[in-house]
Amino acid sequence: MKKFLTAILFAPVLAFAAGPTLHLDRAPDKANDMAALQNGAKIFVNYCLNCHSASYMRYNRLKDIGLSDAQIKDNLMFTAEKVGEPMKIAMQRAEAKVWFGAAPPDLTVIARARASEFGSGADWLYTYLRTFYRDEKRPSGWNNVVFENVGMPHVLWELQGEQVMGADHKLTLAKPGKLKPQEFDAAVGDLVAYLNYMGEPMAEFRKQLGVIVLIFLAVIFVFAYALKREYWKDVH
Amino acid sequence: MSCDDTVDCGRRRLLVATAAAGGVAGVAVAVPFVASMLPSERAKAAGAPVEVDISQLAPGEMKTVEWRGKPVWIINRTKEQLESLTKISDKLADPKSEKNMQPDYAKNETRSIKPEILVAVGICTHLGCSPTEKFKTGAESGIEADWPGGFICPCHGSTFDLAGRVYKSKPAPDNLEIPPHMYLGDAKLIIGEEKKA
Amino acid sequence: MSKVNAILQGTLNWVDERFPLTSNWKAHLSEYYAPKNFNFWYFFGSLAMLVLVIQIVTGIFLTMHYKPDAALNASGVPVAFASVEYIMRDVSWGWLIRYMHSTGASAFFLVVYLHMFRGLLYGSYRKPRELIWLFGIGIFLCLMGEAFFGYLLPWGQMSFWGAQVIVNLFSAIPLIGNDLSIWLRGDYVVGDATLNRFFAFHVIAMPLVLLGLVGAHIIALHEVGSNNPDGIEIKKKKDANGIPLDGIPFHPYYSVKDIVGVVVFLMVFSVIVFFMPEGGGYFLEYNNFFPADPLVTPPHIAPVWYFTPYYSLLRAVTYPLFGIDAKFWGVVAMGAGTLIFAFLPWLDRSPVKSIRYRGPITKWLLSIWVVGFFILGFLGTKDPAYKFFGFIPGAPIAQLLSVYYFLFFLTMPIWSSLDRCKPEPDRVTMK
Repeated sequence: MKKFLTAILFAPVLAFAAGPTLHLDRAPDKANDMAALQNGAKIFVNYCLNCHSASYMRYNRLKDIGLSDAQIKDNLMFTAEKVGEPMKIAMQRAEAKVWFGAAPPDLTVIARARASEFGSGADWLYTYLRTFYRDEKRPSGWNNVVFENVGMPHVLWELQGEQVMGADHKLTLAKPGKLKPQEFDAAVGDLVAYLNYMGEPMAEFRKQLGVIVLIFLAVIFVFAYALKREYWKDVH
Repeated sequence: MSCDDTVDCGRRRLLVATAAAGGVAGVAVAVPFVASMLPSERAKAAGAPVEVDISQLAPGEMKTVEWRGKPVWIINRTKEQLESLTKISDKLADPKSEKNMQPDYAKNETRSIKPEILVAVGICTHLGCSPTEKFKTGAESGIEADWPGGFICPCHGSTFDLAGRVYKSKPAPDNLEIPPHMYLGDAKLIIGEEKKA
Repeated sequence: MSKVNAILQGTLNWVDERFPLTSNWKAHLSEYYAPKNFNFWYFFGSLAMLVLVIQIVTGIFLTMHYKPDAALNASGVPVAFASVEYIMRDVSWGWLIRYMHSTGASAFFLVVYLHMFRGLLYGSYRKPRELIWLFGIGIFLCLMGEAFFGYLLPWGQMSFWGAQVIVNLFSAIPLIGNDLSIWLRGDYVVGDATLNRFFAFHVIAMPLVLLGLVGAHIIALHEVGSNNPDGIEIKKKKDANGIPLDGIPFHPYYSVKDIVGVVVFLMVFSVIVFFMPEGGGYFLEYNNFFPADPLVTPPHIAPVWYFTPYYSLLRAVTYPLFGIDAKFWGVVAMGAGTLIFAFLPWLDRSPVKSIRYRGPITKWLLSIWVVGFFILGFLGTKDPAYKFFGFIPGAPIAQLLSVYYFLFFLTMPIWSSLDRCKPEPDRVTMK
């Protein structure tokens, strides 16, 4: 729906579009898949929330994706005391800057920030998180296809294994990880779905409300148009 | 109104229908704007119930915690202090706590769930100052010779007893407010939440 | 019932003796005679008023929660940026109010551009409506200022670098330029001082001027009366009571008609607010979801769509002239590109006002100008090295169109008087 409308609105612009391209894999759409979102949240707090904060996201907002206060408190909340608190981290920014070269950014709206003409923010993240490869020239020992010379090491390497970049610029799995490639892709898909949800938690509600608003406006339109016709009978 | 030459009924019906639909739309639009002024999620999180451990609170001691930006006192009253509560009824404005300043479960002699533990909002019901504790009894308190212990408000001199009840002929009209609270265990108290009926 | 009516009438009389309520109602609504042949293009004036109201109301509510503070909070995020996300998440319905405001900004320009184009089509700027047009240009300039100041407030990367680039334009002015841009920022970089003053301009200074100009625009309009698609004066043919033969009272005829326009507009507006608030990156730019970072410029920065045609004019100037940098002349071109509209009433020498009775020269030149305006706008969103279909370079096309942009206006006195016009009708036509 959204893409279609965007296309119509900017058809004249898009007709011209051409230029350098960045190939991104399409992230699976799991916006309404509660189990995937919950799994993504779990991966997020276990793997990301040590170095990256999500400081505008309150833990109790996770009720949106079907979790109860008790579940949030017991399974996901490692960095706060109350469910109303935001997802902050204990790491000091100054220290982080020394360790990684740059302080790890807050991830609350990362899925919105990473959108571009090449794909949605989710596509970027889905591709990014799956294209780390071994590079001994980098201080962390890792490099990335879509984010060249990235400061972050491959945090999910135990799950994915180690990829290497071949002479043909294609990645191959040199050492397998705990998960099979399809399982890893699915896990990253869940994580990205969660990041996408976290970027705009009200997005699904917004669309539902939009349908109601449009239906209501259509009703008003019928009345208003009939009223206009009625009055304009006088004008010749 | 009847349909005659001066009133066009079809037109009027449409006008009413459009105005009604527009009115509904107007109200619907107003709702988000009015609601946006309610406490936000941040304010709600800051005003969330507070858990207090009172295992270390010895008899005769008081502890202050913050709940929704207000001081909440937790006092472990001694036997003598509890006994004093019944002796001063005629000096108090509302000795039986008949005004609605406490939840039903605290509408009793000691204004508390457990007799010895008082939980009260430490804000004077006069104009919002926070009273000072005066636990020393008698003349030593500097208030009066037979003072049984309690609180005095530094702003306008209202006095309260150890159950937060206000003395007669003082500026403050009501007893101190008892916030909603409940026990999670023997020595664990939560302020701002109560057992559902 | 008659008693109620009597009380109402009494109250009205009481007010009327003290305040010109009824006379104003008549003068501006029930006895303001507008030409009966308004078409589609005449919706955008009242829609601009609607958007103004939306922006003011949503703006007031956003101000209740927004904090213009560039300092970093405990999580290392600027307070201003965090307060926008606070509105989006923690404030009840804050997301709706914010999306209405951000969409409203684009809607405002869309509606105002269409409103101005209507003036261009039907010669609404011609005598006796020169002042209406000038007030309108004032509104347009004010609106650009308002949008520019407002765009800094979310304190994202595009906010920061957009302000950085535009403020630096002033440094192009010879001699005083550098000091001037430091004075504008209140700092050596765009910083907290800049954010605070832009906030002040955005929420109070510009809106006050804007409201004053809108008032003047409407008072002037109601003094001389509205133009119409035929470009003829309805006041020349009046009936025995002095009412224009082709005029109809604004209320109820145009009030009920405008309601239809408002509903249709709100449907389009709602589609954007509820289904595509980012507008594909044109209404809310993706990079603006990164907090402002003075040390890192985003790889590609472009102004929001409504500024891009003038941005193209700015970039088109690459030659130094009279010993002064090209940078300065670029700024001049950009400024002239917006101000040149103000001279239209005196540039247009055609014997007729409306495009309906103008000849082929006007139709062709105007069409090319509009297409050029779109292409300039499109190129303004792109990198200067952009190539159409991957091989036609955009930069020289932008330069060519920039020259045309100005030549269209500057040669207007010549071609508008040369054109073969058709005779205007006596009375308005209902097409």
